[in-house]
Amino acid sequence: MSGAPGGGIASRLLPRKGEKIDRTSPISFLWSNKRIEAFRGDTIASALFAAGERVFSRSFKYHRPRGLYCCSGHCPNCMVQVGRTPNVRSCVEPVREGMVVKPQNVLGSLNRDLLEITDKVGGPFTPVGFYYRTMIHPRRAWPLYERVLRNVAGLGRIDKLARRAGRFDMEHRHVEVLVVGGGRSGIAAAEDAAGSGRQVLLIDELGVGDGLHIPGVEVIAPARAIGIYEGKLVPVDAGNILYRIRAERIVVATGAMEQPLLFPGNDLPGVMLPMGVRRLINDWSLKPGDVAVVIGAGSESLAVADDLTGAGVRVADVVDLRSRMPKLFARGSKGRLVAVGIDGDEQECDLLVASGGRQPNYSLLAQAGAVIEYDPARGIFVPTVLPDGIEAVGSVAGEMRRGAVPAATLTGTGGADKSFVCICEDVTEKDMKRAIAEGFEGIELAKRYTTVTMGPCQGKFCHLPCIRMYAKQTTTDEATIGTTTARPPWSPVSLGVLAGRGIEPTEKTAIHHRHLAMGATMMWAGSWLRPHSYGDAEAEVKAVHNALGLIDVSTLGKLLVIGPDAAVFLERMYPNKFADLKTGRIRYGVLATDGARIFDDGTIGRLSENVFYVTTTSTGAETVLEWFEWWNAIWQLDIEIFNVTGALAALNVAGPRVRELMPRLADLDVSNESFKYLDLKQAQVAGVMCILLRIGFVGELGYEIHFPSPFGEYMWDKILEVGADLGIRPFGVEAQRVLRLEKMHILAGQDTDSESNVVEAGMPWIVKWDKDDFVGKWSLEEVQRRGLKAKLVGFQMAEHSIPPEGGQIVLDGNPIGRVTSCRWSEEVDKVIGMAWVPTALAEEGAALSIKVNGSLEVATVTLKPFFDADGRRLRS
Amino acid sequence: MSFLIPCPHCGARDVSEFVCQGEVTHRPVEPASFREVAEYLYFRRNVAGPQREWWYHRRGCQIWFLATRDTRTNVVTEVEMPLQFEKIP
Repeated sequence: MSGAPGGGIASRLLPRKGEKIDRTSPISFLWSNKRIEAFRGDTIASALFAAGERVFSRSFKYHRPRGLYCCSGHCPNCMVQVGRTPNVRSCVEPVREGMVVKPQNVLGSLNRDLLEITDKVGGPFTPVGFYYRTMIHPRRAWPLYERVLRNVAGLGRIDKLARRAGRFDMEHRHVEVLVVGGGRSGIAAAEDAAGSGRQVLLIDELGVGDGLHIPGVEVIAPARAIGIYEGKLVPVDAGNILYRIRAERIVVATGAMEQPLLFPGNDLPGVMLPMGVRRLINDWSLKPGDVAVVIGAGSESLAVADDLTGAGVRVADVVDLRSRMPKLFARGSKGRLVAVGIDGDEQECDLLVASGGRQPNYSLLAQAGAVIEYDPARGIFVPTVLPDGIEAVGSVAGEMRRGAVPAATLTGTGGADKSFVCICEDVTEKDMKRAIAEGFEGIELAKRYTTVTMGPCQGKFCHLPCIRMYAKQTTTDEATIGTTTARPPWSPVSLGVLAGRGIEPTEKTAIHHRHLAMGATMMWAGSWLRPHSYGDAEAEVKAVHNALGLIDVSTLGKLLVIGPDAAVFLERMYPNKFADLKTGRIRYGVLATDGARIFDDGTIGRLSENVFYVTTTSTGAETVLEWFEWWNAIWQLDIEIFNVTGALAALNVAGPRVRELMPRLADLDVSNESFKYLDLKQAQVAGVMCILLRIGFVGELGYEIHFPSPFGEYMWDKILEVGADLGIRPFGVEAQRVLRLEKMHILAGQDTDSESNVVEAGMPWIVKWDKDDFVGKWSLEEVQRRGLKAKLVGFQMAEHSIPPEGGQIVLDGNPIGRVTSCRWSEEVDKVIGMAWVPTALAEEGAALSIKVNGSLEVATVTLKPFFDADGRRLRS
Repeated sequence: MSFLIPCPHCGARDVSEFVCQGEVTHRPVEPASFREVAEYLYFRRNVAGPQREWWYHRRGCQIWFLATRDTRTNVVTEVEMPLQFEKIP
């Protein structure tokens, strides 16, 4: 009756005491390209209602018009698209200036939805479970059916191009007392606990307006408890923060919820719950209709008649279900309620406030392990036995005058319209009856078959009615039917909140910024970022073969194993021997489980009698450290293990001209006599104390230089500067992969998997069978005894096509092996690779046929390295 | 899984900080029969009830310890350091 901005057409009442809108701050937003005026304190739904909108969405299956129903953020009726976010409950979403709101699940407009035809004619063709039944004939038409169904199924549309709608975070909280629910009982419990000096946190799902202030109590609102998990963990969705709250004591004060009545036409816009009507009138000063009929069970529900009268609505009839149980139906026209039939008498009205009484919201308690039982006297399910540390107060505990009227949800007869048990999933009474007739008698089965209780309200408005229906249809009772299992989430939660912010750690080496400055393309290696190449991987390979290459290998895991038992320990961890490893020498080792499965490899160098320097793969440092620590927790040997991966940077400088380079950096004799292949030395390089390892992962003469990380950039710059005239060039992981493949050096995890053992992976020479014991020994012996099934071999392609990694090796049309690595090698002038093949084919020169892009290509097996097969260059 | 584990060093912490290595097994000693090895590798008692397990505090102090956990309720009743587990003399 107000024409003020935001007043809409006669829906906004004059200012009222206690209203939650601020009429002095107007806000406007777009609704289907229409500008809507609202006030601060309005929700999207209240503003739209004020503007005269009555249809807010179209239903899931039948595309029936739906209007405001609960106005408390529980039912699916008011869900809209806000910006790029679908399924926003407009009745609890505050208006923001300029927001763009659109209806969803609509083909056309809310008032003329083309898919409404499913409601008119779909009935006989779309009964419950129709997609399992009707649409399987003819079978070849399924792809077509599927496409159509996919298109119409689901609620809302995800914008595939949308980025996350804001930033989400997760916060861990520990409190003494957590109170869920800020109603009367919740507040009382919070005050009580705070009064006795406890640390109290209260969460409430509404908290619109000025919110709650309770002395000594922290309040988070609006926020919803998603569930109660093991260990009294309560995830709480506070919009863009997910709180993981752990409490010593949880007080559940989630109240009770008014339940719908089942009658034909019970979903028409204009049929509402009392709580929804009260919020329209009291919070947003809206006039919910002109002529109303109120049907309820108990003074609490019926008192809404007074609110209606106060708001200028004519209350045509009030039916107290405690005194009579009329036969009800609602009649609609053009998608609006126009009349209610009560025992055959029609009463014209545009608002039907109908409630079947209140059912405790016990879901959180049930999730926590509470026993839920039916109380026939009050017609409700109540929590009876609660787990330790969980309390229930107020209505949720059943502390209310009356619950739901047992028969009240079964008043539906007469009228031709559908009677909905579940408005979320559009499950009708008829669907439920059909499910029973088809033998889905248990409530859990019925739930899965009909999808009742599985929609956005999570059963808040359909669980009890559907149990009642089942009890009646099967002539049993509610206690016999029982409840379905309560599971999280108790309220819908966006994936963004669950996912939180991406906090996967990124590891960068001490030389990272130099790589970027030199134009490297970076790639992930576990959590490390490594240079893939500096623009021309082939040229980088060439530089290593013909002159000099420099690669940052700081990502290698580096461990120090120190102590009198260090050699004994390592002998037990690896198949190699270490007791006889001389100080200053290095051995290659492969780590495997007691099942002989390879999981990492690296080098082990002896720095002194009791000190070993162990390197692992780039992603293996933590795994190996854990593995070592675990075995030593078992054996309790006298050793200490230190992870120095981050403390030390490492560079590998390799190529035929490396002996010209080294003297310019270090006062060190690098002749082959005094610094042999697999020697380890400690020396100053460019003034920095380093550990030098002469190893040859990339196949050319080279040195790994390990030194304190703070000198990373200095050392990188120095080596490049000193080696400039020798043609030094930085190389990345791609070049390294080609180089190591030419040498058939395996990459653990790339060429091996959880089935691989060292013998079949072609490294039997590593295993020292005469050792008393080492991890994996028995299994390897068993592998030997049974005979090898497959072997890891090299192959070269006859033509230039490159098989994909994981590509199949085929014999007589059957896959018999797979490619693990494959690259073009300029040096070999062929496509080379490694593959697992049956032992019979693991012979030099054996022919393989490999699937490449769908066709079979010829390859030959090679057992010796493709490059420098006898290792002359490496050892020279 | 969202229970708390009392780490012998750090006190009660969220289970997500830890790694479980499964029930405690005993590695056979040489000479071990095929059956002993197979049982050690592939057989687990898998009890429904209190079970002694290896746990590692990966996102904490990084120690391995033994915990007795009821597999039905996830209640950890005892934790201990493996001081003499299978000590090699």
